[in-house]
Amino acid sequence: MIVLIVTFLSVVVSYLVDKKKTIAGIQAGLRLFLQVLPSVFVLIWVTSTLIYLLPAGVIAHYLGREAGLTGYLLAALLGAISLIPSFIAYPLAGVLLKYGVSIQVIAMFLSTLFMVGVPSIQLEARFYGWRTAIVRNVVYLAGAIIAGTFIALII
Amino acid sequence: MHKYFIRNKISLLLITGFAAFTAMSYLYDLKSGKQIFTTRFIPFGREMLFFLPAMFILIGLLDTWVSKEKVQTLIGEGSGIRGNLLIILLAMFQAGPPYAAFPTTYLLWKKGASVRNIFLYLGAFSTIKLPLLVFEMTFLGWKFSLIRTLVTLPVIFVLSFIMEKSVRNRNFTVRKV
Repeated sequence: MIVLIVTFLSVVVSYLVDKKKTIAGIQAGLRLFLQVLPSVFVLIWVTSTLIYLLPAGVIAHYLGREAGLTGYLLAALLGAISLIPSFIAYPLAGVLLKYGVSIQVIAMFLSTLFMVGVPSIQLEARFYGWRTAIVRNVVYLAGAIIAGTFIALII
Repeated sequence: MHKYFIRNKISLLLITGFAAFTAMSYLYDLKSGKQIFTTRFIPFGREMLFFLPAMFILIGLLDTWVSKEKVQTLIGEGSGIRGNLLIILLAMFQAGPPYAAFPTTYLLWKKGASVRNIFLYLGAFSTIKLPLLVFEMTFLGWKFSLIRTLVTLPVIFVLSFIMEKSVRNRNFTVRKV
């Protein structure tokens, strides 16, 4: 919502100051949007299917209290391979808590969920090249696991 | 137009596959296919159609208004810790799904942002942007958010240093898609 307001105000102010520049800017932005649209579409469809195949109850079963260290590793892996918008991820985290998943495991899941995006790697590679995209995801996965571990230890 | 199809051929092929699967689900009344479409794909897609065009228009406007010299002095090579903090602040005041950060880094790179700041932006955008933190606090409490932010910040700093080292001498660039 905030993004929409900020964008709208920016367009209005920009238009009042310089009409030509504004139109050129909007055109350039929309052109870029069209270029990434197919990749984003695929991304959303893959994510939708993944989330459908893995409902909260099933996830909770594998990440539950008895799961121990395996639960953490699974949570890290699950976070890395999924790409869930935060408005779904937090309600999901809330549901998992209710199912008995510990807040530590959820911290690990969120950490890798945010920092690593396997489904978006094809999109990322178009911007940075495959090598950098893969290296970034691997390096950030390590970082996310370290961060997740520390968060789990502190909480 | 022709070029567009070639550049996006894999994605377009996959989209056709998904669309065909969904159409079949409706034709043969397949519950899973219908549910994936109505209860997952539509809500996710709605977010994309709301956020992304607005974000891209903002990127386009910034592109025409902010000069390269300005960006270079603020967040370019040699902008130091001040540049690092500035880019983190910029990332925090954004919204959108994680992958929305890539196009922004293209603009930042074109305008002369340093390699480290590009990766710092990616890290901060994906983990500690304000809309996400607000959402997190309502579901998991402010203590959780505070601890996660304080732990994550130094980690994304270190990660951006590692990435800077990793791409050194490899002609790192952010391509226009």
